[in-house]
Amino acid sequence: MFGQLAHSQLQELWWIVVSLVGSLFVFMTFVQGGQSLLGTLAKTDRQKSLILNSLGRKWELTYTTLVLFGGAFFAAFPKFYATSFGGAYWVWILILFTFTLQAVSYEFRRKEGNLLGPRVYETFLFINGALGILLIGAAVGTFFTGSHFQINVFNLGSWKHPLRGLEAAMVPFNLAMGLLLVFLSRTLGAMYLVNNIRHAAIEKKSRAAAFRNFLYLVPFLLYILYSLLTMQGFALDPATGAISLEKGKYFANLMAMPVVMLLLIAGILLIATGAVVTGYTNKRLGIWLAGPGTVCTCLALFFLAGFNNTPFYPSVFDPQSSLTIYNASSSHYTLTAMAYIALAVPFVLAYIAWVWRIMDRKKLDVSEFEGEAAKELY
Amino acid sequence: VLEQIDWSQVNWARGQFALTAMFHWIFVPLTLGLSFLLAFFESLYVKTGNETWKRITKFWMSLFAVNFTIGIATGLILEFEFGTNWANYSWMVGDIFGAPLAAEGIFAFFIEATFFAVMFFGWNRVSKGFHLFSTWMVAIGSNLSALWILVANGWMQYPVGMAFNPETARFEMENFWQVLFSPTAIGKFTHATSSGFLLGSLFVVSISAWFLLKKRHTDMAKKSMVVASVFGLLASAFVIFTGDEAAYTSARVQPMKLAAMEGLYKGETNAGLVMLGILDPTHLPGEDDDPFLFDVKIPGVLTLLANRELGTFVPGVDDIVYGNEALGIMSTRDKINQGRAAIKALGEFKNALNEAQARVALNEFNKYKEFLGYGYLTSPEQAVPPVGLTFYSFHIMVMLGFLFPVIFLGVLFFLFRKTLEKQTWFLRVAVLSLPLGYVAQETGWIVAEVGRQPWAIQGLLPVGVAISDLTTGTVQLTFFMFLTLFTVLLIAGIRIMTRQIALGPEE
Repeated sequence: MFGQLAHSQLQELWWIVVSLVGSLFVFMTFVQGGQSLLGTLAKTDRQKSLILNSLGRKWELTYTTLVLFGGAFFAAFPKFYATSFGGAYWVWILILFTFTLQAVSYEFRRKEGNLLGPRVYETFLFINGALGILLIGAAVGTFFTGSHFQINVFNLGSWKHPLRGLEAAMVPFNLAMGLLLVFLSRTLGAMYLVNNIRHAAIEKKSRAAAFRNFLYLVPFLLYILYSLLTMQGFALDPATGAISLEKGKYFANLMAMPVVMLLLIAGILLIATGAVVTGYTNKRLGIWLAGPGTVCTCLALFFLAGFNNTPFYPSVFDPQSSLTIYNASSSHYTLTAMAYIALAVPFVLAYIAWVWRIMDRKKLDVSEFEGEAAKELY
Repeated sequence: VLEQIDWSQVNWARGQFALTAMFHWIFVPLTLGLSFLLAFFESLYVKTGNETWKRITKFWMSLFAVNFTIGIATGLILEFEFGTNWANYSWMVGDIFGAPLAAEGIFAFFIEATFFAVMFFGWNRVSKGFHLFSTWMVAIGSNLSALWILVANGWMQYPVGMAFNPETARFEMENFWQVLFSPTAIGKFTHATSSGFLLGSLFVVSISAWFLLKKRHTDMAKKSMVVASVFGLLASAFVIFTGDEAAYTSARVQPMKLAAMEGLYKGETNAGLVMLGILDPTHLPGEDDDPFLFDVKIPGVLTLLANRELGTFVPGVDDIVYGNEALGIMSTRDKINQGRAAIKALGEFKNALNEAQARVALNEFNKYKEFLGYGYLTSPEQAVPPVGLTFYSFHIMVMLGFLFPVIFLGVLFFLFRKTLEKQTWFLRVAVLSLPLGYVAQETGWIVAEVGRQPWAIQGLLPVGVAISDLTTGTVQLTFFMFLTLFTVLLIAGIRIMTRQIALGPEE
């Protein structure tokens, strides 16, 4: 079935798969958003515990989605994995660090003998929610603004900036992308808590926080949209493989791909609707609007970055070294084999949804603290 | 490709990977084994309705959670380190190596993550049957993830199902099934998972023995021990069987590793197996003196282990390095020369000005490509792994591998005689066997990984070529960052677990 596709079609298919996993990850960062909101939303230890137990039942899925995102990128576009991870070293190491801290914090926080005390583990969760997401956003920003690297004839890369990736966080566009993701994750996190917890004080604060953080993200979103529509971008000449700077490249991409424009508009509208519904009604479905909205918006960004003959990981140091979905991918055989493996993704999504439905049928409330299950809480 | 290899950076990067992998492997084997034991305990609860089994399940589950969480945390670091510290590797073999990693994510990690939440927080939220199903799914998911990553590791030990593509200057996959079902992949998977079952059983036996010594929770301790000892005994048999299989495979595909494991420098017909030995640390390949200061050998057994046929020859380090014409073993020097010719031709192919030149270069390359990786070695002796570390690790692992089934048998014997609680000395040994279980786990991986140096990919890609373009200082800095992090996590993890053990299960 997939074996008959041309290599370029498989490359495009895999860009869609990687984009989808990446977009689902951004949706799932509601966990990180909830972590960075913890101090704002919880006044008592019990409220804190309720919030962390609500997030704590989902954090592994977010984490696993990140692992899959890395794995899928490695398998489908290994040149990106090699160039970016080995090149923009410090960004990835720091991201890695914040996620490692997160992974132990839920389990260790309330346990006796945890060495550092609950406060430190809560700080770890905050660092993961704020710095981790900021850096991921900055890294995604370089898909548009470019990085400093060069690839030799053997396809091996070398990084040409002494800050080894941290320079990305100093480009306004990348920084705005990072902050956008931080505030988006907080918006989503607050909406998730409204949906998942039954507790009047937490709900009131979460509703306000969802709308407030949405307002915070708007200027960054507008700045990014304005930049994307006006900035010059890198363009691939499919005939020669040459890469050159082109004025209004991303605007041209948007015009050339109406579906992407539709995704972008629909995504932003869904997020905004979710924020308004959460902030100004007593409905709890905000996360089910803004979540899919996030996926649509991120898909649009990934498609703008990689489709329509655009290098998705451009090099400002040497444009000819830029990575495109065509020159950075795995072989035809591997992409074909991987496409069969990816057929499992819908089944995975289905059983996750099924199990979540069962687990979330009864929402979290203070009754959790009574009875024998209380000891097992995070 | 790389004119100058910065060996201090290579070694720090190797150190960092070894640190992460060994730290990760403190937690993974327990996850592999204890997850199945939880499934057994809970199955007994559901089948008998006896609340004691539920309490037993919950007690071991609370320890499982602490262990599991550190395993997850370090797993992500390992995945990223392939890219951050081994960028050239990621490009040169990513076409093959990436696929099992992605498959691991899709097929295994989501099962673990989804059902772990049910297993921990679902006691009052889902039905008994669904909860049991979830516990089983965590066990299956964990072991499935081991399958995929060990397939990837097996491929590094014995690269099959691929070919070098000079256009892209990387290895590309040609047969997924060959990669998945390669004998080393299956061997690694079965040996590693069964050793995990063994460690999980040892964990339960050891902590239960401590309870018996303290005369606390004796009923639950004994119940746990019955299940764990039976599982551990079966696992031990399987560990020995798959270990034997691994040695046989090594002899076929990694004869140098086998020679290092046994400290065998001069190959022999009917070679003996070293039971105990002290290597002469000054012995170098090619020297004629005895490499052992002291050794006890059983004649002929190494030949049987390696070739399963008496009268056959097992090559030693010197045969592989310097060649053995009589037996048709090519010398490493010849391989290096061919490898260098391949590298030169590849360079000419890449820089060819016209098609004719490119074709000539490509023909030349194809003639020598089999030994491409050897072209990066500077001397034949570089192909020899650290023999001492490999040898001692191997022998410690094997000795311990035969000790553990004795402990499981002892537990069952004394339980049958109903005298276990009185066997103070035996219970003490059982408690102390747990650290030995971890030693066996780590030494096993030292054999597997140190024994195949200098190769990142056996025979194709030496570690020196696989690295990222970084400075030594950068890698040192992250090494110490990780070391600090791991030390804190380890101390916190052990403290939490010992508190939970001291608290014990609810009565």
